[in-house]
Amino acid sequence: MNWQLYLVLGTPLLGGILLALWGHKRWAAGLNIAMSVATFVAAAALTAQIISDGPLITANEQFFVDSLNVFLVALTAFVSMTTSLFSRPYMRIEHALGKLSDNRLRLFHSMYQLFIFTMLVVLLTNNLGILWVALEAATLTTVLLVSLYRTPASLEAAWKYFILCGVGIAQALFGTILLYSASQKVLGAGGGALLWTHLAPAAGSLEPTVMSLAFVFLLVGYGTKVGLVPLHNWLPDAHAEGPTPVSAILSGLLLNVALYALLRCKVLVDGALQAPFASHLMMGFGLLSVVVAAFFLSKQKDVKRMFAYSSVEHMGLVTFAFGMGGPIANFAGLLHMTLHSLTKSAIFFAVGHAAQKTGTQIMDDIRGLIKVSPTVGWGLMLGSIAILGVPPFGVFASEFLILTSAMRQQPWATPFLLIALGVAFAAVFSKVQPMVFGETNAKRLPHPPALIPVFAHLAIVLTLGFYIPPYLVDWYRVAAKLIG
Amino acid sequence: MHLPMISQIINLLAAILLLLSFAMLTQRRILSLINFFALQGLTLTLAILVVAYSTGQHHLYYSAALTFVLKVLILPWVLHRLIRKLNVKWDVETLINIPTTMLVGIGLVILAFNVALPISQLAGTIARSTLGIALACVLLAFLTMITRSKAVPQVIGFLAMENGLVFAATSATYGMPMVVEFGIALDVMVGMVILGVFFFQIRERFESLDIRHLEKLTEE
Repeated sequence: MNWQLYLVLGTPLLGGILLALWGHKRWAAGLNIAMSVATFVAAAALTAQIISDGPLITANEQFFVDSLNVFLVALTAFVSMTTSLFSRPYMRIEHALGKLSDNRLRLFHSMYQLFIFTMLVVLLTNNLGILWVALEAATLTTVLLVSLYRTPASLEAAWKYFILCGVGIAQALFGTILLYSASQKVLGAGGGALLWTHLAPAAGSLEPTVMSLAFVFLLVGYGTKVGLVPLHNWLPDAHAEGPTPVSAILSGLLLNVALYALLRCKVLVDGALQAPFASHLMMGFGLLSVVVAAFFLSKQKDVKRMFAYSSVEHMGLVTFAFGMGGPIANFAGLLHMTLHSLTKSAIFFAVGHAAQKTGTQIMDDIRGLIKVSPTVGWGLMLGSIAILGVPPFGVFASEFLILTSAMRQQPWATPFLLIALGVAFAAVFSKVQPMVFGETNAKRLPHPPALIPVFAHLAIVLTLGFYIPPYLVDWYRVAAKLIG
Repeated sequence: MHLPMISQIINLLAAILLLLSFAMLTQRRILSLINFFALQGLTLTLAILVVAYSTGQHHLYYSAALTFVLKVLILPWVLHRLIRKLNVKWDVETLINIPTTMLVGIGLVILAFNVALPISQLAGTIARSTLGIALACVLLAFLTMITRSKAVPQVIGFLAMENGLVFAATSATYGMPMVVEFGIALDVMVGMVILGVFFFQIRERFESLDIRHLEKLTEE
């Protein structure tokens, strides 16, 4: 029995059902936290099991866990746990301010758990078809969360999100169909031909032309979800208009999960083609995302929009790193994924409270946070510094690794990366600085803000900048090897 | 001469699918659009049935049943109901005039055939020659979506795209594994429910389902 795996998947599903019934009660936020904590505990147990026993294939080969996805499972469970801790006071304040009714709170809590569930299914499934289904389900669960406030802007954002991601994911389905048509010839018809554990060893004999075309469709499809330029249009809107806990998990988790789906496909295409076709495409899209997002950063007025563009930039950087491939670049990519999730969600937590204190998301109107609430101010400042890659925060280490491997493997790309990172630094820092320091206009909140998650995340990011524990290094190394 | 006959029937159905895609692309009236969508679902069901019968792939019968129930019965019914409840009777305005859309559509079909050509040659299924048509249907549905300014036609375009994908799965691989097909159907259902909720939200807010109200969030 692999009770850990079933617990990881069962807890959020149960949570979603329970909260659909009682999500409007006073204790619903507590239940949301309890379920998220339980999911995290189960994920930790699963991780421990994988570390000690090695990869796991279970439930009639429908689920598959190896070092690559178990690390993302742990990360997803952790960030969803801290986000649920953050969302309790945040949503209470929104409720007290009259922005949300009881029914919408119920919708939020239930969909939150189901969103976590669908992401965990994406990560744990062995079937590339189910992976597609679960990723589409993850979009569906968040559409109504983005439009939770029912403002014109949030409806527009949710519509854009639904249509763009829907179209994108339809392309991914076409890619999956092509992949299946290629694998069917090698592995025979039936369920086996979409199972990752069957596909990976047979990758070398898959038809190269079909696979390369399939990858183009998969890249467009899953790339839309990752937020790669020019398919990123939905991302800033959805992040800016949804409630902040949703922005935090969209940015910190969904983008990672979509990239994971792309990575699994890349391994197969690399195996089939024996040529760096997928790598070149990923490097191109990644680099374009980094550069375009960096230049869009300086034009932003809305604080959540700005950090959404920063997510596009960082996901681009990670995609570029995986595109380069090789043990060091993959290692750096995985590390950067982790650090970006932790830092970006911490920033969104701080930004959420800052926006509540000042009653606006427009950066020009947010001033002097540090005077009213030193913790929110410092949280935002430190988070921004961390995401910009200032040492000693961990992001510096991963960006440094990506840059040095770029210099070695793809020297032509280095100037673009450096310029983009520089532009991003100037843009974000010059906007965050007056928000934190200076005269203030902020007011007190009806409930105390949740700041433990912010500083917990930042502390981990800081620690990883100084010291990465050896077991974590081993773990990343093994995972990096799996991506080739 | 058994197999060529079957192939011909499949090709005929594929051609009808393509024709319906063009019809949807140029259709101005929303009720006709829904009817065309239902008709497309029916053609698709027949195509799947023919492939299932000729190849003896039993799971395709389930797939056909699923398509029939979902695309011919439930979704058109839900759409009709929505139209009645939302009381929308207006004609669909297209953002680009129809002759231009047609020309773009023809271009897309040529593109689709070229893209699908190498794969069709490799696929071993009897319906392989129709993969190009399937891709063309997907692209035409996409075009239908982006040339409409109202929410309901956009969604019908989206669903038509799904039809094209199911046809692609049938012609290239004799259908996806059953568990995946059920998953996809579930997603489509849930998506429809969410969209239904969403229509009312948009309507409540803007008193219209014109997506042009939803163009405020742009970069300046």
